This record gives sequence, C-alpha cells and structure tokens, in this order.
Amino acid sequence: MKNSRRKFIKFAGMAALGWSICPSLAGARSGPRQSADRLRAERWAMVIDSEKLNDELMDKCIEACHKLHNVPDIPNDQNIKWIWKEPFYNLFHDQSHGYLKDKKSIPFLSLCNHCDNPPCVRVCPTQATFSRDDGIVLMDFHRCIGCRFCMAGCPYGSRSFNYYNPRNFLDDDDLVHDYPTREMGVVEKCEFCAHLLDQGEMPACVEASEGAILFGDLNDPNSDVRKVLQERYSLVRKPKLGTDPQVYYLI
Amino acid sequence: MYDANKIIPGLIIFALFMTFPFWYNLGADAYTTPELELPEDYERCIESTEFMRAEHMNMLDEWRDLYVREGYQEYWSELKQESYPMSLTKTCMYCHSDKEKFCDRCHNATAVDPYCWTCHIEP
Repeated sequence: MKNSRRKFIKFAGMAALGWSICPSLAGARSGPRQSADRLRAERWAMVIDSEKLNDELMDKCIEACHKLHNVPDIPNDQNIKWIWKEPFYNLFHDQSHGYLKDKKSIPFLSLCNHCDNPPCVRVCPTQATFSRDDGIVLMDFHRCIGCRFCMAGCPYGSRSFNYYNPRNFLDDDDLVHDYPTREMGVVEKCEFCAHLLDQGEMPACVEASEGAILFGDLNDPNSDVRKVLQERYSLVRKPKLGTDPQVYYLI
Repeated sequence: MYDANKIIPGLIIFALFMTFPFWYNLGADAYTTPELELPEDYERCIESTEFMRAEHMNMLDEWRDLYVREGYQEYWSELKQESYPMSLTKTCMYCHSDKEKFCDRCHNATAVDPYCWTCHIEP
C-alpha cells in the first residue's frame, strides 16, 4: 500500500512536470504576436517647441493629423478636433497675467495631453478609454457608448463628440482606408498615433512639424525629449490639477 | 373525457400554430448556400475554410480587443506559416476586396447585419 502511494505521487509529479513543459515544446501555433517593427517606450511624451512653430507649420501638422484619421471639418460649434490652435492665454491661463510680453495672443498647438493620471479614464464607465503601458491614453471606439463623462472629466477640452455621422462631412474619395471613421454618438481625440507607433513610425504631426515637435521616451535619459527638457524652460497645462500631462511646451 | 369538444379543437389549433413555419414555407425554395466569389490569386485563407466559416466573427471580435487593448499587432498563421496584421481592412479585405460579393452574400441570406462598416471603410 505504502509503495503504491509513493509510486502514484511520483507518477503524478512527473505528469505535472511533463504537462507544464509540453506546450512550449509544441512550437509556434496560430495566434497573436507582437510586431517586431513597433516602437517601444516606457513613457511616451511630446515636446512642442513654441519658438520653432509658426502658423504655417501648425496648419501642416493639423492637416496631416486630420487627414490621416479621417477627422471631418464641421462648420459649426460641434466640430471635431484632434489637434488645434489655441492662444497662449487660453492654454496657460493659470500661468499667465495681463501684461505678459508678446506671447499672450500667440497661437499654440493644443492636443490631448496623455496624462499620467487621466481623469477621462477614471470616469469612463465602459473602459472605452484606457491607459496603455507606454502611457498613451487610447480610445477604443468599439466600446464607447457616447455618455460624454470623459468630456466632462477632461480639463483640457481635448475630446470631441460626434453629433453627426462624420461620413456626411468627409469626401468618400479622400478617405484614408487604413484608419476607420467614427460613427454618430462616439467620442474621439488624439491618440499619439498609437497605430503608427505600432508599425514603427512616428506620429503624423511630429513628421509634419519639421523638427518643431519632439516625441520620445521620457524614461530614457538619453532621449531627445529628456535632453531638451533639461536644457530649456518648459510649461505643461494646468499642472495644479494633478493630472500630470505629458505634452510639454518649450517657451 | 370531460370537455372533449373544447380540448380537441384546442389541441388541433395548437398543433397547427406550432407547425406554422413548416406548412407556411411548403412551396418555398429550399435554402441554398450563397455562391461566394473567392479571391483568385490566393489559394487559402489564414485558417481552414471550415474554421473561418464558423468562427470568423469570433476571430474578428478577439482581434479587435487584442489589437486595440492588449498590444498585439500580428496574427501568426500556422496554416500559411506567415504573420498577418490583425486588421479587418488590411488583412481580410486585402484579399476579399469585394464586400458585396463576399461578406454581403451570406450576411444577407442569413439576415445578419454586422455594423463593421459604419466606421471601417469598404475597399
């Protein structure tokens, strides 16, 4: 009796060991893989150089972004915007005063700040908007129910709601097929071109900016963004709120 | 039997009502599997035909979560020994480039109305 119990436990142990090894021996099976080309980072961040950016460049960035993501231009106050121009005074309201030299009415680029502590993610009831491991605050349009809590939560006004079917305001021949449009009742915003990063490319506005927008890994001490932030003076929007925004403005 | 004059007609009406779909469709054409236009340049899909026929909707459902939320970009196909982007428009519609002659034929025949195309753009 003793002997057989001992044998049984040995056998069970060997079987468990074999079972744990076997799947790895079976080799590649059909299933999801991570692309080898994709750009990785611990924490993506954007640095916008206000000295290098001019009106023309900003328009280029906006056009590149809105073209790539099939963002419609709706001629009323229910327009959709991912990246847009905003005067300094509006962007940095809490960090400016009435006698600010020059800068006050100069337009700056404004977009989603991809906060480290994003209020939109906290309030989303369906987790349609969520933080990726690399810090990007992404929208899953499939899950958005259009409740607009995130728009109320976002202190930067970075989110737009589709009051209309966006296809009505887009030219069918000009659509970019690699990226979907949205449908009525869905919230959208900048996503740091996560889909381009996953293919190994830099965001569209960064490419279009001719070096005025830097993009890189904030956790890497040798990255462009870290270096330039150490060298020059920079601002972030509404730092008091504790959202920890990750779009930096060089002044 | 008590109340046979009520129960028996009742049973007959019940039987007629329950078999309504069968006798209503007696003269109608039998269901035929729609003829699909398959891509000519490619012999196989990324999985077997049987699997794709039964599971394509689950596969697409998994793909969208894997791609958007879980951080996977490609699907390794054991059958083709190749990786493909997990994308409805870039992978599926690359070969099956005519939605009307592929997707729609079955979906219409089985009265399924998937809402992929309210956002994703037909090739």
